[in-house]
Amino acid sequence: MSTDLIEIHFSLNGERKTIEVKPYHTLAQVLRDQLDLTGTKLCCEEGECGACTVILNEKAVTSCIVLAPEINGCELKTIEGLVQDGELDPVQEAFIEKGAVQCGYCIPGMIMSAKALLQENNDPCEADIREALAGNLCRCAGYYRIIDAVTSAGKQIREANAAKS
Amino acid sequence: MEFDVVGKDIKRTDALKKVTGTLDYVIDQKMQGMLYGKLLRSEHAHAKIVNVDASAAKEIPGVYDVITSTDLPQPVPRFGPIKQDQPLLADRVVNYHGEPVAVVLADSEEAAQKALKKIKVEYEKLPSVSKLDDALRADAPIVNPDSIGMYEELGSNICGNWKFGWGDVEAKNRASSFMLKNVYEFPMIHHFPIEPFSCICYPENGGVAIRSPIQHPFILRRVVAKALHMELSQVRVIGNAIGGGFGGKGYPKIEPLTAYLALHTGKPVKIVLSLEEGFFSARRSSSRVTMNTGFDLEGKIQFQDVKVEFLVGAYADTAPRVASKSSYLGCGPYVTPNARIDCRAVYSHTVPSTAFRGFGMPQIVWAVESQMNEASKVLGIDPLEIRLRNLPKKGEILVPGDRPVDGDWEQGLRKAAETIGWGTEKPDGIGRGIAIGIKNPIPASLSKSIVKLHADGSVTVSVGTSEMGQGARTTMGQIAAESIGVPMERVSLIMADTGAVPFDTATAGSRSTVAMGNAVVSACHDIKEQLTEMAHELFADGSQEEVVISRGTIEAYGKSLSYADILAEYFGPNMGEVVGNGTYKGSKIEGHPVGGKADFWEIVFTAAEVSVDTESGKVYTNKLVNVSDVGCIINPLQAEAQEEGAAIMGMGHTFMEQMVYDDSGRLVNGGALDYRVPTIMDIPAEFISKFIENRDGAGPFGAKGIGESGIIAIAPAVAAAVNDTLGIRFRQLPLSAENVWKELHRESK
Repeated sequence: MSTDLIEIHFSLNGERKTIEVKPYHTLAQVLRDQLDLTGTKLCCEEGECGACTVILNEKAVTSCIVLAPEINGCELKTIEGLVQDGELDPVQEAFIEKGAVQCGYCIPGMIMSAKALLQENNDPCEADIREALAGNLCRCAGYYRIIDAVTSAGKQIREANAAKS
Repeated sequence: MEFDVVGKDIKRTDALKKVTGTLDYVIDQKMQGMLYGKLLRSEHAHAKIVNVDASAAKEIPGVYDVITSTDLPQPVPRFGPIKQDQPLLADRVVNYHGEPVAVVLADSEEAAQKALKKIKVEYEKLPSVSKLDDALRADAPIVNPDSIGMYEELGSNICGNWKFGWGDVEAKNRASSFMLKNVYEFPMIHHFPIEPFSCICYPENGGVAIRSPIQHPFILRRVVAKALHMELSQVRVIGNAIGGGFGGKGYPKIEPLTAYLALHTGKPVKIVLSLEEGFFSARRSSSRVTMNTGFDLEGKIQFQDVKVEFLVGAYADTAPRVASKSSYLGCGPYVTPNARIDCRAVYSHTVPSTAFRGFGMPQIVWAVESQMNEASKVLGIDPLEIRLRNLPKKGEILVPGDRPVDGDWEQGLRKAAETIGWGTEKPDGIGRGIAIGIKNPIPASLSKSIVKLHADGSVTVSVGTSEMGQGARTTMGQIAAESIGVPMERVSLIMADTGAVPFDTATAGSRSTVAMGNAVVSACHDIKEQLTEMAHELFADGSQEEVVISRGTIEAYGKSLSYADILAEYFGPNMGEVVGNGTYKGSKIEGHPVGGKADFWEIVFTAAEVSVDTESGKVYTNKLVNVSDVGCIINPLQAEAQEEGAAIMGMGHTFMEQMVYDDSGRLVNGGALDYRVPTIMDIPAEFISKFIENRDGAGPFGAKGIGESGIIAIAPAVAAAVNDTLGIRFRQLPLSAENVWKELHRESK
């Protein structure tokens, strides 16, 4: 196993980044340990729980099973990149409003999965939401309020879009 | 009584940090010069440690040290909340698959991980027991022979035996018209918090500070101080926000070892466990409950003869208390004129079992309520009706010597029945079931609170309660804001830091709203009394007028002052504060079987509607209803969220969860791939949560506690619904598609 550092270039929350990574490090490790972006959480470390979900080239991925060199040339969005000009993202807003948060540990991953869904389809039905969040485990909240929050965020986004056009 | 803050859907005060990813859990924290610890765990259920060779591991760059039990002070320090029986590291013998044998300390997690693989342990395998009947065999290997404590029957694996009862079961046994005897089993379950177990310890003030997502900081402080021969004042526990606890993070796990390592090295030490290691740290006790019940022909219970057996792990943890306290309510929520309850906790070479949401009651209620459903069938009495005939009225005695019934339980049961459509026509293939869950909180507990009113009129509330997602940070703020009469935004909370807050027994047993809530209210009253005295002292000139304090304003002697005004008048500008002390002390009775009377009865009425795909055996829960008697809701949004979360967790042990040990005593399904918990795809199509609010609770504003209620009666309600449609009686969980299919297959033969 080569341990030589590899230089990678990518966009992180809209900013260009060049860093050196170990070839066997996961994206989650690099985010948390190298870049101090601990909003991305770790739990199962085998792509099953969704706590470490980030958006890579518009798709929700579990960063614990993405190797860091794979993100070279990619566009990466993490939970830290959702707040724009001091304003919460509609998904974050809706999670608070609908009481979808309890212990909060699964929430960043849950929000990133929801965000990826709404970027692709801002009018999802309940089945769409369930499918998009099927890989995000929550042990506290029972999921109903999370479905409500994503539904409500979609509505917010559609209304904002309509107001703009 | 109208409230300003209580009863309102106040948004969680910690939600902003949680949705932005800026709340630091312990796993996210670092300290200067910190060492990372990784644990090497036993491959065997039971084995002698012949030799540990760590020489190659110590050569790995970045490794600071490798420590085994022979490097620890001798005798090896042991810890535990009830019995001091669990060694910091396995002491000559490993007693369960996954027990920590050695710890690597390194300057990075990576180096520690690499070194783990270089440690060579030579074991001599010994016979082990991981199942109840094996552990009870006369020739069974003894699990915990070194630990002679308060409960063990020497020379057996019985960790404890408790007997409760009243009336004359023998006489009734001869006289009852109808008797029913069945055995109900409940599997081992893991808490599966999404936040891994983690802690950071560092030397501080000549002692040690422990930063941990711990539910009960004061128990952790006591256990560490005792294990390491320190004074309470030398151990500071800083309870961090918890990313899911459910009882699993209640009692000490890796903290005593980490605290020792910090003191030994003089450096901060961080240990984080993987999810798989979490399975090696905590679980629910599995159980076998034998119910022998006598009824008269009207379906009224004549006696209950209950034998409860809990399979606990290799060390006691808090399992003896789970066993004794839950079996104490072995007759469930019903008037039982004659009762005999015999409970045993049995050691095995498995992961130590501990508290888990419901504290043994889901296991007990699974048996009691399944038995009621079977009786209803045999006696030909509707399941709702047979319950109504046996349910005590408000003020009646449930358990002799304990708190009388403190709610209108019939109202709750009828509400659940009505919500599920009980008695209305059912479409083909639909089954309905109903069940009641009951629990008492922690008897003889203590909560203290300090509330400070500052010079600007803002308020700081100090409580030992921890924030584990249940929302105590918000509800305690609401209780204080309401009691002292300031807006919610002016109240700050300091929680769970033993160096800063006064004593609290535990964040468990659904007790905090009542116990700590009362302590906060009494601290706020203390402040108001002091303010009243201050007003008299400032303004009384001979005659004493009444002082009225309302919504942050003090009216007396023709004056109207804000809190800030009176503090400035009394202490001088920008100075001083008023400090209120509050205490809640639960009933403590010498010789009482569980230490004292219940603070309140936590009761839930659950109803389910299901259909079954008979091809696959999969059960679909179309509708699930929970009605809890909460007395008075402090925060409706959070109360409902607690009920939902608990119900879905209950769906887990009802349908899919079970820790499986193979014949050699190895856990085979620890981890997210092989142990499934409910996902968003598994929730019932419809879930309805309702509350009974009669303001008759022992807590602030008539509140009772919730948090656990939602989980307790899910399994028996769902199983009754499955029975209603299939006619098959399940006495063992989980009702997985595989298990249901097998039963269907058996029926058709």
